[in-house]
Amino acid sequence: MLAKRIIPCLDVTAGRVVKGTNFVGLRDAGDPIEIARRYDAQGADEITFLDITASSDQRDIILEVVEACAAQVFIPLTVGGGVRQVADVRRLLHAGADKVSINTAAVDRPELVREASDKVGSQCIVVAIDAKQVAPGRWEVFTHGGRKATGLDVITWACKMAEYGAGEILLTSMDRDGTCEGFDLALTRAVSDAVPVPVIASGGVGNLAHLADGVSEGHASAVLAASIFHFGQHTVQEAKAFMKERGIPVRL
Amino acid sequence: MTNRIAVVDYGMGNLRSVEQALCHVAGESEVVLASTPDLIESADRVVFPGQGAMRDCMAELDTRDLRQAVIDAAASKPFLGICIGLQMLFEHSEEGDAAGLGILPGQVKRFAADLKGADGLRLKVPHMGWNQVVQTKPHELWSGIDDQAFFYFVHSYHVVPDDAGIVVGQTDYGYPFTAAVARDNVFAIQCHPEKSARDGLQLLRNFVGWNPALA
Repeated sequence: MLAKRIIPCLDVTAGRVVKGTNFVGLRDAGDPIEIARRYDAQGADEITFLDITASSDQRDIILEVVEACAAQVFIPLTVGGGVRQVADVRRLLHAGADKVSINTAAVDRPELVREASDKVGSQCIVVAIDAKQVAPGRWEVFTHGGRKATGLDVITWACKMAEYGAGEILLTSMDRDGTCEGFDLALTRAVSDAVPVPVIASGGVGNLAHLADGVSEGHASAVLAASIFHFGQHTVQEAKAFMKERGIPVRL
Repeated sequence: MTNRIAVVDYGMGNLRSVEQALCHVAGESEVVLASTPDLIESADRVVFPGQGAMRDCMAELDTRDLRQAVIDAAASKPFLGICIGLQMLFEHSEEGDAAGLGILPGQVKRFAADLKGADGLRLKVPHMGWNQVVQTKPHELWSGIDDQAFFYFVHSYHVVPDDAGIVVGQTDYGYPFTAAVARDNVFAIQCHPEKSARDGLQLLRNFVGWNPALA
């Protein structure tokens, strides 16, 4: 049976892993390669690197990180952050990424998703969506780390991106990110049920029950978390054992 | 004795991942990216990876004049197809109505859109993530790998061989589909051993040391 995936996410800036709350107040959490290896050993199903480097002159550092990681960690690696054009996608794949996630650039120019998936295959293209609740049962797409509203409805946008060739949707609740209060389950479920491609739930995980809820109540194919793994609160193994106990199929 | 492993490079897919995983398990063996026919011809064994649409993959193969070298390799030396590299061995794919290499008789078909899982929810396509491979027949490349071990998959199409006798692995996604086939010196698998952690590396290691009887 297809296992539900647990994906530790590493926010990387200038070659270091950091973690903040609501995209501010960053704390240093270590060396990306070392952390990726640790998660691999714990049984992580994939690793995601989000490059949150602000200055363009440090952009290429992520390529070195990806390259070093891909030589040592033999599970799928997704990389996102600052992807603007097909050439960026190609560079990351060439460095050893298996999937590339596109966020703001897809909002600016949706055709990019179509072009990229035509060139490299939709299995390599993840569209990341940052969502904020604007009314009961309604969420809007935000960009620039949650600072800029786009006017786009999240569910409509997710469906459009799947149609344009996104192989997967990485869905982050900006209301919950970094809060440790759990996923926005209504959001996760609404998007998971609407799109034909897998959805990765993200934003807000504070305990193991939250991860399980993302799958059983949010209908997500995969769950992504950072803080609960980075600071030693839980291992990926513990998370999987917990999910298995809840009757969720996992790879142990 | 040299053991040179050529990874067929036709500009598509995650070649680097395949190359790096092979290097990791290759020991004394040499791993080369082969973008010209002579590099495939001179190799002792050949890995044929692939990602993306089959029609594009076939076109790129022809652009580089690699078709015949791949066909010859599949007839003469240890040969490992991965993902689209499995699908291209067959005659025809529904994906873009594309012709394959026709080395193995059979078709490539898309997963149905209305499949439901055990939980009653719609099964997503692509079939993406870790799923179990049932070893329906013993094979040297399964050595050291548990039956029903998890491997990483990402695909929307799967092969349907005419000859059920070549199936050596099956996976369930709404229904059981062919995950691996083997015939003589050819072994081909739908999932990505290069991304399947320990068990995937074990399969690659088995391939590096595999010496099938050759006709």
